[in-house]
Amino acid sequence: MALRSQTVRHRRPSRVPYLLITPAIAILALAMGYPLVWQLITSTQRFGLAQQFGKPPESVGLGNYVTLFTDSYLWTVVGRSIAFCLVNAGVTVLIGVLLAILMKAIGTAPRLILQVSMLLAWSMPVVAAMTVWRWLFDWNRGVVNWVLTRGGVDFVGHNWLEAPLSFFFVATTVIVWMSVPFVALSVYAGLTQVPDEVIEAAQIDGANGWQRFWTIVVPMVRPVLMIVLLLQIIWDLRVFAQIKLLQDAGSTPSETNLLGTYIFQLGTGSQDFGMASAVSVFVLALTVALSWFYVRILLKEDA
Amino acid sequence: MSALAAARTARPAAPTAPSRPGRSRRSGRRARPGRALLSALAIVVALVWVFPVYWMVNSSLLPNVLLQSTRPTFVPLDGSVDNYRAVLTGSGFGGALRMSLTVTLLTVAVVLVFAFLAALAISRFRFRGRTTFVLAVLLVQMLPAEGLFIAQYKLIGSLNLLNSVLGVTIIYVGAVVPFTVWMLRGFVAGVPIELEEAAMVDGLSRFQAFLRITFPLLAPGLVASGVYAFLQAWNEFTVALVILQSDSASTLPIWLRSFLQASASRETDWGQVMAASTLIAVPVIIFFLVVQGRMTSGLMSGAVKG
Repeated sequence: MALRSQTVRHRRPSRVPYLLITPAIAILALAMGYPLVWQLITSTQRFGLAQQFGKPPESVGLGNYVTLFTDSYLWTVVGRSIAFCLVNAGVTVLIGVLLAILMKAIGTAPRLILQVSMLLAWSMPVVAAMTVWRWLFDWNRGVVNWVLTRGGVDFVGHNWLEAPLSFFFVATTVIVWMSVPFVALSVYAGLTQVPDEVIEAAQIDGANGWQRFWTIVVPMVRPVLMIVLLLQIIWDLRVFAQIKLLQDAGSTPSETNLLGTYIFQLGTGSQDFGMASAVSVFVLALTVALSWFYVRILLKEDA
Repeated sequence: MSALAAARTARPAAPTAPSRPGRSRRSGRRARPGRALLSALAIVVALVWVFPVYWMVNSSLLPNVLLQSTRPTFVPLDGSVDNYRAVLTGSGFGGALRMSLTVTLLTVAVVLVFAFLAALAISRFRFRGRTTFVLAVLLVQMLPAEGLFIAQYKLIGSLNLLNSVLGVTIIYVGAVVPFTVWMLRGFVAGVPIELEEAAMVDGLSRFQAFLRITFPLLAPGLVASGVYAFLQAWNEFTVALVILQSDSASTLPIWLRSFLQASASRETDWGQVMAASTLIAVPVIIFFLVVQGRMTSGLMSGAVKG
């Protein structure tokens, strides 16, 4: 509302706003814009070891992309990344929503305990968190193996990070653990916005609990649900640190690579910057496509 | 699903003290045992979620002899701070801490200035290209480091800034500025311009009015944005991994990784590794608790209002 009146006030074109945004634009152009353009160009070039030593890169047009999209390993990694992302985002949002409903249903004291515990897990730096989880799942003295063995299953000396499937199970456990707090607390905040009067009115009109939940609560928190699901998908598509740090424990990278670690391997390992750029461009395109919906929701507020 | 059904049964029991019979107005017959069960469930979930954090601190206080025994020690009764002493006096931590602090504080300072100016522009002015700028900020904010870090590595390399504070700070500022612009925009827009105008009527210049009236009101926003930038730079791993490859230039996350790797080549000294993790996590946990509410509402803005 206040904005409308300013529109009138600042009708006279002024240089001030442009000066104000110049530093931000300059740093974005340098740190993000230039690499982006470089990457687009390099993705159409042969840019390997020879170019590192001064040989000018030669253009191969869309050659890198053709190689990529006909390479069965890339499709394995892409399929794996998308499956991993959807499973993680799905499990995270499901558990997060259930916990939010739980928070709404219980008294203040247990809710605060749950919220504080969520905040502590959420605030753990990713490298510290991964280190702790490696210790929890340690094959030799990890507490997970100990508990399972005590529970009657023999897990003595079981190496969780060896077989790809169990590697991804551990990765999912850790990522869900890290991500659920954001979802649970956001959805809980959304749930508290649903006015009690509306629910009581529906109750008086004879709606049972199930109907009240699906016809009133769910539609009212739907924007929040959409955003957390979208953000979760975007974030889980780009997991790098988590996978890289678990791979450190000695699993076979080629069997556990997701897109992030694959790019890392192409770029820093085999120094094939042409191909690394092409995969990066693919990841960026995927992210921007997904982010577009998110940005549209945010822009509504700015209108 | 059963938790969901139970939640509904428990709902009418009202969100106040559970032990007051007069408050449970409607159909509260099954509500109380159900709610006690849910509270117990919540406590169990809370314990599961906090366990890794507890385990980190617990292990950091235990000597390696106990950590390597077949039976885990759940309470550090015989604990000591020996592991911390070993980490703090050992090689690398001090240097990595200095590097992390330098990079982080520099990032915070630069980000705050750049983002604040840009936030002023988009919330106090209407100008051609404003929407494009806002859109660019929002989209850039979503670009994953994982899709750009090889190109950023080449950029910093061609500037001869690999393994330098400046090199990694440039990338961090670029990565953090978009979200902080967005966050501060909300704070600036929240201060009514009428306040400034009233001060101008009282004879202050526009700049003075801004400095004396609006700026103090923005302090909480600047603190929240600063802490957000701090967390991003302090925790960053991906870009640091490629740009800061030399051991002497490691930030704490990179150092922790090599510390674990080095330790794992022998029999891992989990006590020291956990002490190191705790040292890195503690400032983050403190700052995080300060800024959490603001960060969430920044990510969610536009949705929660309904």
